[in-house]
Amino acid sequence: MSEIMTKKRRRARRHVLPGFGLSMGITVTYLTLLVLIPLSAIFIRSSGMGWGEFWAAVTGRQVVASYKITFGISFLAATANAFFGFIVAWILTRYRFPGRRFFDALVDLPFALPTAVAGIALTSLYARNGWLGQFFHPLGIETAYSQVGIFIALTFIGLPFVVRTLQPVLEDLDTEVEEAGASLGAGRARVFGQIIFPALLPAILTGFALAFARAIGEYGSIIFISGNIPLRTEITPLVIVKFLENYQIAQATAVASVMLVASFLLLFVINLLQRWAEKQS
Amino acid sequence: MKNHLHLALTTAALLAVTASLAPAANLLNVSYDPTREFYTEFNQAFARHWKEKTGQDVSFNQSHGGSSKQARAVIDGLEADIVTLALAADVNAIAKAGLLPADWQQRLPANSAPYQSTLAFLVRKGNPKNIKDWDDLVRPGVEVITPNPKTSGVARWNFLAAWGWALDHFKGDEAATQDFIKKLYANVPVLDAGARGASTTFTERQIGDVLINWENELLLAVKEQGDAYEIVTPSLSILAEPTVAVVDTNVDKKKTREVATAYLEYLYSDEGQNLAGKHFYRPSNPEVLAKFKAQYPDLKLFTIDEVFGGWDPATKKFFEDGAIFDQIYLQ
Repeated sequence: MSEIMTKKRRRARRHVLPGFGLSMGITVTYLTLLVLIPLSAIFIRSSGMGWGEFWAAVTGRQVVASYKITFGISFLAATANAFFGFIVAWILTRYRFPGRRFFDALVDLPFALPTAVAGIALTSLYARNGWLGQFFHPLGIETAYSQVGIFIALTFIGLPFVVRTLQPVLEDLDTEVEEAGASLGAGRARVFGQIIFPALLPAILTGFALAFARAIGEYGSIIFISGNIPLRTEITPLVIVKFLENYQIAQATAVASVMLVASFLLLFVINLLQRWAEKQS
Repeated sequence: MKNHLHLALTTAALLAVTASLAPAANLLNVSYDPTREFYTEFNQAFARHWKEKTGQDVSFNQSHGGSSKQARAVIDGLEADIVTLALAADVNAIAKAGLLPADWQQRLPANSAPYQSTLAFLVRKGNPKNIKDWDDLVRPGVEVITPNPKTSGVARWNFLAAWGWALDHFKGDEAATQDFIKKLYANVPVLDAGARGASTTFTERQIGDVLINWENELLLAVKEQGDAYEIVTPSLSILAEPTVAVVDTNVDKKKTREVATAYLEYLYSDEGQNLAGKHFYRPSNPEVLAKFKAQYPDLKLFTIDEVFGGWDPATKKFFEDGAIFDQIYLQ
């Protein structure tokens, strides 16, 4: 009796939404063609090397230094974006002020701008003779052609990811809950800390993850602003290009596969964190 | 009857038109960055010459970019009839991929380098840091702009020119030479990916005291912005030989071997050589070079074969992964 019930329920569940088979098929095919096959090509091309050769290619001192720079500065830039992006999203959703639409549109600009253009624009701003760079140079701070420059460019390209992820969540956030909290005697800090922040945390983490992932892969703007000095300002994508320019395709794909695995693991961990945060709220 | 004649004439005219149209050739010349202006003019000259000689029309497609990037595009299937690249090493890479025979460089005069160039320094007007020769580049406080030899053809010539000078200066002492090169690159605040990027850093961003670049690029820069910069010619430099070759596999497939070969041979003609000189390259023909003498100061030039034994050993020694260029940053 109970067996029949579960069978029935299972069938019923399967048919609630039609078209699962078709859309799943399309999804699998699409992801395979667009993501899986190109990515596996990277592993196949580097699999021709022996382990020793592979290891030597991915652990050279310059290569390791570039991992630190790429992952380290991307992390810092994504963190800065998570913080300031939150403020921007907050302002844009919670307040009405003249020019709001304009600022809102401005946020998308880093999405649309070719990164090389962003790189050239930022470099000319932050170079020693640039509008902004001229104020930092006398203080002994190099903005363009240093790690600071990489940070600036990565922050620029990552901003919209945080803002655009947070905005819809902020808009949906029920202000009545905050009012209830306040009427029950919670201070502003407590309302923020115990009501608003936990509700937003999963979205902040998503925005952070997107900005972080985007920054790791960035090449176009960085080569203009970083100075590309080995060990100091050389990013991993440039190391890959350097291998390619020397016709060392196996080494290039070896380093690329390390980036791929590292990025995947990082995104996976952030995904877990996000799940956890969702459960908490 | 009259009608018939008319018809016959029209047909004949049509035939004549199609006859002259049908075999029109199209050549794809895959080249590096600074040759853009030169080949634009040379292509017109060759088209005129070829039309006069054979009656065939020829049109051109030009592709310009970083030299080794261009070579990789040809290896990956870009159907270039002709490659005109910054260094023989890049054509060698195409030969290794089997698209042209290994002895390609012997097929044309002057090592397949119809025009040559060398490297020189660009300094700011008045030469405020008093830069005269290579040893001034390693002085503390002098900033040198040169692109990354790992990603740029001209940067490899820069590196080799500096090495050659130092090797001569230190009387063959390799350790002292490497130390000199290390000091030189310690003075480089920005390693741009390509030659144009380095020029931008120097001229637009106003970074650096001296830019090492192709002589032809510097002559062009001074011609256009002569009030801001001047050229300093070092005592010794390398004879840079940008090489040209027909890509055998592609011309056989496209049936363009004859016109493609004639195109490269025309680079050695008086007209081709004069155009090269006009665009600030050094013509390989000494008689034509003599005409442009005023443009090129006298300096001693060495070739890559004399000092380094060619591109293959030089690449292995200096630019491969873990070779000397990597080492100077790791020490």
